[in-house]
Amino acid sequence: MAENTEWKDVLVFIEVSDGKPQEVGWELLGQATRLAGKLGQKVSALIIGDNVKQFAKEAIEYGADTVYVVDDPAYKTYVTRTYNNAFCEVVKKYKPTIVLIGATPLGRDLSGAVGTVLQAGLTADCTGLDIDDKTFKLLSTRPTFGGNIMATIFCQKGQPQMSTVRPKVMKKGNPDPARKGEVIDVSVPVDPKDITVKVLEFIPDKAGAVEIEHAKIIVAGGKGVNSQEGFEQLKKLADLLGGEVAGSRPMVEAGLLPVERQVGQTGKTVVPRVFIAVGISGAIQHLVGMQNSDVIISINNDPNAPIFKVSTVGIVKRWQDALPELISDLEKRVN
Amino acid sequence: MHIAVLIKQVPDTQEVKIDPEKNTIVRAGVESIVNPFDMNAVEMALELVEKHGGEVSVLTMGPPQAEAALKETLAMGVNRVILISDKKFAAADTLATSYTLATAIEKLSKDTTPVNLVICGKQAVDGDTAQTGPGIATRLNFDQATYVTEVTELVENEKRIVVKRRLAKGVEIVQAQLPALITVEKDINEPRYASLPGLIKAEREEIPSWSADFINADPEQIGFKGSPTWVKRIFTPPPREGGPLFDADDAVKKALDIVFDNKHFREAVLGEESE
Amino acid sequence: MEEKFDLIIVGAGPAGISAAIVAARAGIKTIVLERGEFPGSKSVFGGVVYASEIAKIVPEFWKEKRIPIERQITDSRIVLMNDDGAFQMGYKTGKFAGDTPNVLSVHRAKFDRWYAKKAQEAGALVICNTCVEEVLRDNTGKVIGVRTGRPDGDVFGKMVVFADGIQSPLTVRAGIRPEVKPENVALSVKENIQIGEEEVNKRFSVKSGEGVTFEILGSQVDGMDGICIMYTNKDTVSLGLGANLKQWMVNKNTPYELMDKFKKHPFIAPFIEGGTLKEYTAHWLPEGGWDTIPKLYGDGYVLAGDTAMLFNTLHREGTNLAQATGRMAGEMAIKAIKAGDTSEKILKEYSDNVMKSFVGKDMKKYKNFGHFLYKNKEVFNEVPEFLGETVEEMLTVDGKTKREKQAKIKKNFKKKVGLMKLLKIAWRGWRAVR
Ligand SMILES: Cc1cc2nc3c(=O)[nH]c(=O)nc-3n(C[C@H](O)[C@H](O)[C@H](O)COP(=O)(O)OP(=O)(O)OC[C@H]3O[C@@H](n4cnc5c(N)ncnc54)[C@H](O)[C@@H]3O)c2cc1C
Ligand SMILES: Cc1cc2nc3c(=O)[nH]c(=O)nc-3n(C[C@H](O)[C@H](O)[C@H](O)COP(=O)(O)OP(=O)(O)OC[C@H]3O[C@@H](n4cnc5c(N)ncnc54)[C@H](O)[C@@H]3O)c2cc1C
Ligand SMILES: Nc1ncnc2c1ncn2[C@@H]1O[C@H](COP(=O)(O)O)[C@@H](O)[C@H]1O
Repeated sequence: MAENTEWKDVLVFIEVSDGKPQEVGWELLGQATRLAGKLGQKVSALIIGDNVKQFAKEAIEYGADTVYVVDDPAYKTYVTRTYNNAFCEVVKKYKPTIVLIGATPLGRDLSGAVGTVLQAGLTADCTGLDIDDKTFKLLSTRPTFGGNIMATIFCQKGQPQMSTVRPKVMKKGNPDPARKGEVIDVSVPVDPKDITVKVLEFIPDKAGAVEIEHAKIIVAGGKGVNSQEGFEQLKKLADLLGGEVAGSRPMVEAGLLPVERQVGQTGKTVVPRVFIAVGISGAIQHLVGMQNSDVIISINNDPNAPIFKVSTVGIVKRWQDALPELISDLEKRVN
Repeated sequence: MHIAVLIKQVPDTQEVKIDPEKNTIVRAGVESIVNPFDMNAVEMALELVEKHGGEVSVLTMGPPQAEAALKETLAMGVNRVILISDKKFAAADTLATSYTLATAIEKLSKDTTPVNLVICGKQAVDGDTAQTGPGIATRLNFDQATYVTEVTELVENEKRIVVKRRLAKGVEIVQAQLPALITVEKDINEPRYASLPGLIKAEREEIPSWSADFINADPEQIGFKGSPTWVKRIFTPPPREGGPLFDADDAVKKALDIVFDNKHFREAVLGEESE
Repeated sequence: MEEKFDLIIVGAGPAGISAAIVAARAGIKTIVLERGEFPGSKSVFGGVVYASEIAKIVPEFWKEKRIPIERQITDSRIVLMNDDGAFQMGYKTGKFAGDTPNVLSVHRAKFDRWYAKKAQEAGALVICNTCVEEVLRDNTGKVIGVRTGRPDGDVFGKMVVFADGIQSPLTVRAGIRPEVKPENVALSVKENIQIGEEEVNKRFSVKSGEGVTFEILGSQVDGMDGICIMYTNKDTVSLGLGANLKQWMVNKNTPYELMDKFKKHPFIAPFIEGGTLKEYTAHWLPEGGWDTIPKLYGDGYVLAGDTAMLFNTLHREGTNLAQATGRMAGEMAIKAIKAGDTSEKILKEYSDNVMKSFVGKDMKKYKNFGHFLYKNKEVFNEVPEFLGETVEEMLTVDGKTKREKQAKIKKNFKKKVGLMKLLKIAWRGWRAVR
């Protein structure tokens, strides 16, 4: 049990954008439940927006004991300053000792502001969260220096302790419809003077723009492939399996792939059911983006390539030899 | 129009090692580069003043070596560079960093002309935190726009700035009020190649260095002291256990035999429902 | 660019920087143009440098606090190697420790940076990230400056020192120096293997700060003649392997394979066991030698260091020759510029000085090293007692000519049998680098 300070409970921010709660919120509630358990405390959630109270129930099903809702048309669109005010109001009033925010574009924009107002320690893009057995402080682990090094960070002073976590890094638990919890409306009126930032227009990416992070199957190519022909074969394989083509950074730099298909630290974090890595060495910056995939199949002619260390199976061959066989064999087995 | 650009010198990430005893990062011998995002920020600032008039100041908080980074930007044509350097700033986390930089920007505004636009990189490749920008905006109570790819309007007398922001699913066009802080994406422009005279001029320039006392920073809020987050330990990621490797003629077949026994694989590929 | 300089130096390597320091100290308005991101960035291999030459320009440099010396070499070995064994003679001395360093292992990326700082302190401008692409001449053909790749990038000066290294496409294009001919090229590959400071100390039985060099002659792998080196840095071991291009062709070895076999040799393997590869560099290394030395001067310019083909492969010396010739180029610049005449006939003096110095003399001597060896078998015929002295003499680089040294050594030789065999190996090995 953590000693009895006025700061207790684990708060998770549930981001609602274009009318939908973001998955990462549910993923974090799972973590929060674990952490709160270790602290012998409770889990709370914060939802800010217009007409968002409806999502409180879902938050409870995913583990929240209390849900604070700031529901007001004035929060229809995200404005850093207004959301920041609302967030800080709630934290100052209910004093959670831990605050978790999804490291989405919005989350990253907001967390820096909130942390500054609260003068709180904020650790970004954590891949692991835990509680120190002795001090009962939050231990946030994150990759740093290009992922070559992992750092475990704690807050030596100040409350709350804040962390952001990238989507898909934590697995979300199963919702429990029977779960009960309390919903608390918090009213934080918006001073119109604060709305100096206005969204004039939103131009969605043309339909069909892929989001590999949602693909069930990903076929990724690296510098070992490094050719148009190679990627055509990868496409063939991906189409056969109904998956998406992705790749390592050098392939994006080489112009063989659009940047939104880059996997890794400076690209997307993906957790598909099946990840097929072809001609990818498995540099740490790449691994952090795909190593949580359920099944990893790697083709690489170097038996010592690090990618094999995270692979379910490895094929030590040149892709020129392995791919055609893989495709034809799969065709047989799938049909 | 007075634009302040914040640049950070970062170690060439792949080079960095850790010292297991001292539990600290060994930067010795590791080459430093200017955070790539920040060079785009400098280029954007220069293009803006070329279009709208005004001046550009570049600030960096770091050890004396950070001078090199500043000289690079000076050669590109910025009007003023300032090194914010003091032992007391060392080991700052983003909270202390944003305090120090915000304080320096206030001082800069007082000593010269008020800063109406601050440009940061979206994130620094050493920490990837992307917190410093929003932190500074909050402290200065500036409007903030992150992930900016383009400034489409900048009207000083109307205190208006319009930018394009790159978000996950599209581009957002946002209007904000000056003074404002924006953080910019990488590869949004081609940072210019400094001329030889520019480079020589920069090489000869005395770079002003601001200490903690000079910007009269609150000792409690800077460096190690002002940083709530401390590193408990650093380590290299543990290697994971890999599965079998096949290199014989039947390698592909053997590999497929294995994955076809895997529940996840069957679900994904054959659409079988897991009970 | 309007601004004019007295002296323009192309290349911030040991040669260029030496010239810059000397000239700038004498108040000559000097600019150094370096292609790399910083001095040394283009030559990122571990190497050894020679205290005596550096000290001529920066006296007692080793006393400085932040000087990037990896180790002071106190133990110098000559190894005669065949496919499955090695005969080793070494000389270890405290003499080269502490305040009397001789050979120092350094990381060039760091060393060149430190050295360039000295030039800046002396008042020279060192401009990096700037590649010189063309030589500018007036209508009489006199070199009056260079054109860099940067916008507004022409620089004019009274004199130019070309110290842009061995390939120097710049001077070749400008017809100042002939292209390096394939037949007198060696391919040198180098690996840096990290084993940790403690391990270096243990395996090579040295204190921290002190180190060992091995000159390895002989047919170390596949009966292929070559000359190899192994020396110790702070926490890494440098392995170098050079052989004549023909050798590579005949044996159909890739440098990589060869290096791999070299690393597996029973003599080498234990030293690097369990180490991790830090860097791998392959370089064309003109074997240089007397016959390839170009004209060292012309109207408005001189050549220094590798650009002048001054490289003594057998003694794997280069930086010292570069520093010596750089120094002399700097002195020449002072004299000529102060006299207001940088014409060819004045600058000839530089060439004379180089040839009079140990640089020219050594280069000349090794011209016929083969004959020399045959005529003076006794030089290698007797070994043990005096070997220490021999090795010390041969490996002490103090600007004395090698001939003086050998004269000294020759005076006291005794008989020792069976070395003819080793000599043959040494001879084969030596030929590889000739
Ligand atoms: C700060 C930072 C961020 C980074 N972010 C990312 C990121 O987000 N994503 C990313 O991917 N990288 C990133 N990188 C780069 C990363 O460090 C690696 O350089 C990169 O992942 C290597 O890509 P690769 O495996 O395709 O190429 P390589 O490392 O060159 O690997 C090529 C592989 O192909 C194999 N191969 C060669 N020929 C064949 C053949 N015929 N058949 C089969 N195999 C073959 C080789 O054995 C080798 O293993 C980042 C680096 C830094 C410093
Ligand atoms: C593998 C290898 C190992 C060696 N080991 C040793 C050793 O252990 N000890 C030793 O004494 N010597 C060694 N040498 C030789 C030594 O490196 C050279 O003799 C020495 O560096 C020569 O110095 P320099 O100044 O003449 O040329 P460099 O050191 O080559 O300097 C030339 C500089 O000019 C720059 N440059 C080139 N072209 C241009 C241009 N167009 N514009 C602007 N700048 C340009 C280059 O970037 C470079 O910085 C080794 C060489 C090799 C290849
Ligand atoms: N020490 C610093 N000095 C100047 N600017 C900085 C510093 N640290 C961060 N920044 C700015 O903040 C941006 C984001 O950095 P970070 O929050 O570390 O990811 C950088 O791109 C810089 O523009």
